[in-house]
Amino acid sequence: MMAHWITFPVLLPLATGVLLIFMARASLDAKRAVSIISTLVSLPVMGVLVAQAMGGDYQVYALGNWQPPFGIVLVLDRLTAMLLMLSATLALPALLYGIRSDDKGGRNFHPLFHFQLMGLQGAFLTGDLFNLFVFFEITLIASYGLLMHGAGPDRTRASLHYVILNLVGSALFLIGVGTLYGVLGSLNMADLAVRIAAVPAGDAPIVHAAGLILLAVFGLKAAMLPLYFWLPSAYSSASPSVASLFAIMTKLGVYSILRVHGLLFGEQAGPLEDAVDRWLWPLAILTLVFGAIGVLGARTLKRVVSYLVIVSVGTLLAVIATDDADLLAGGLYYLIHSTFITAALFLLADIISAQRGETADDLVPSRPLVQPRLLGAVFFIGAISVTGLPPLSGFVSKAAMFVASAGAGYAPVLWAVILLAGLVTLVSMCRAGSTLFWNSTAEPPQGRGADKSKLVAALFLLIMSPVMSLWADPLLAYCGATAEQLTNSAGYIQAVLGDTGGME
Amino acid sequence: MEILFSVTVAVLVGTGIYLILRARTFPVVMGLMLLSYGVNLFLVAMGRLHSGLPAIIKEGVDYTDPLPQALVLTAIVIGFAMTSFITVLALRARGELGNDHVDGTKDREPGR
Repeated sequence: MMAHWITFPVLLPLATGVLLIFMARASLDAKRAVSIISTLVSLPVMGVLVAQAMGGDYQVYALGNWQPPFGIVLVLDRLTAMLLMLSATLALPALLYGIRSDDKGGRNFHPLFHFQLMGLQGAFLTGDLFNLFVFFEITLIASYGLLMHGAGPDRTRASLHYVILNLVGSALFLIGVGTLYGVLGSLNMADLAVRIAAVPAGDAPIVHAAGLILLAVFGLKAAMLPLYFWLPSAYSSASPSVASLFAIMTKLGVYSILRVHGLLFGEQAGPLEDAVDRWLWPLAILTLVFGAIGVLGARTLKRVVSYLVIVSVGTLLAVIATDDADLLAGGLYYLIHSTFITAALFLLADIISAQRGETADDLVPSRPLVQPRLLGAVFFIGAISVTGLPPLSGFVSKAAMFVASAGAGYAPVLWAVILLAGLVTLVSMCRAGSTLFWNSTAEPPQGRGADKSKLVAALFLLIMSPVMSLWADPLLAYCGATAEQLTNSAGYIQAVLGDTGGME
Repeated sequence: MEILFSVTVAVLVGTGIYLILRARTFPVVMGLMLLSYGVNLFLVAMGRLHSGLPAIIKEGVDYTDPLPQALVLTAIVIGFAMTSFITVLALRARGELGNDHVDGTKDREPGR
């Protein structure tokens, strides 16, 4: 029985989603109950998986008992377990927030929400390149529905761009996967890694091209430099609960680059080693720079947060491009931190804009908020954390990254860009905070205070930041072990393929 | 056969990309369809082009690679669903934004 736990992160949201579709005509309360219970149940399951992965053993689950490299496998390692836990923890407050407002906008909010989770968690688990494509599609199809949810012209326009771009991305994904299969004759990632090392010199450029096509696809999902323009309008026009769940969608792209390119074009790839990293480094740094410029130029709070997502993606990709295990440990801690904090800020932006009447979250003077002290304090904590000031998790993550990269050749560039992005974030958050809370017109505040459940949802995400800095040591130790496991691709390959090594 | 096949894929993908770069939603939808046709054919070709080979493995007999066909089947299903979704989305954008431009804005006057 213990061995089957690994299928839970896929099966549970699938079963919940299907059940919720059949409950389409049931009362909203019943749907909400099912939805929340499923999300709550998934938390201890993820806890079990993290505990199983913590020891450093790989768990390989061959679906239908078709042995790899022929069948489809699910692989659980520390990185996967960490991201599963992250997605389940993020889903709970997003759902709680959705229940208070967004799920009234249409009948299928809850099923879509769970299918989105299924796609995400399946993509984290799979050890097969084509299955990664399938889970990507599940995630995307659900996200199309969620993004459209509640309608409105802005949302429709943003969705149209998002859907068209991602359909082109999917076509590119298939071309990349097809090319790899055509040349190497396998789709199992571990098997591909073995075969790439032995690829004939004549085929190497084709494999290289396929790797770069896949980089473009994952870059589109992760919002890497030339491919991020869809993100600010999509995320800022989505419903708040959806936007906060989407905080992990870009991380899915980052994960895919880390997993696929780390495994396929890592140190084992022989002549193709670093074929992708060469491109990744400058693109990541430029993503950071452009994200920071966007943060400074954004005119609404939700857009500021959207550009902060891009900044976090740029930071993570730069860390991945350096291929340094110690640095990656800090990067993984930063991944958890940035997911929680951007999700929290999306929710907070919605709570604030609800009290400002027609000006919503535009950064212009408006009537005062109903609860300026409470929201101001909460916003202050969020701003400190996202900027990376002590004592919260943003500071810990940056300190960890800087200590790890001290003395390396790339350190001056990395430090300068990350610190400048931090400064720009600080300026932008100061401007946003002072406009939202202090620069108000003489009108009396109108409307009611924030909904308690909504506040709880936002605070739940925000509280992760102090929690993460309080338990920074065990978390960083886990991230360090994860990074070490990731750099040891031979261990992954052996765990999946066994001692045969895949090649006959 | 290889040349005919690759020219077909190239024409489909090329036409698809051209149409995707148009400014109105209908050509874009058509372009996405053509692109996905091209990609599906490409996937079939990745299993190598054969004709007249058995689909069932027998000792000593060459056979067609079933995996790309399974991939194409999956890709066709997903592509079909996405085409219908984007069609509905395009119609909705036409209704909500009042025009069928992909940016939801009317064409600029010539000369501006």
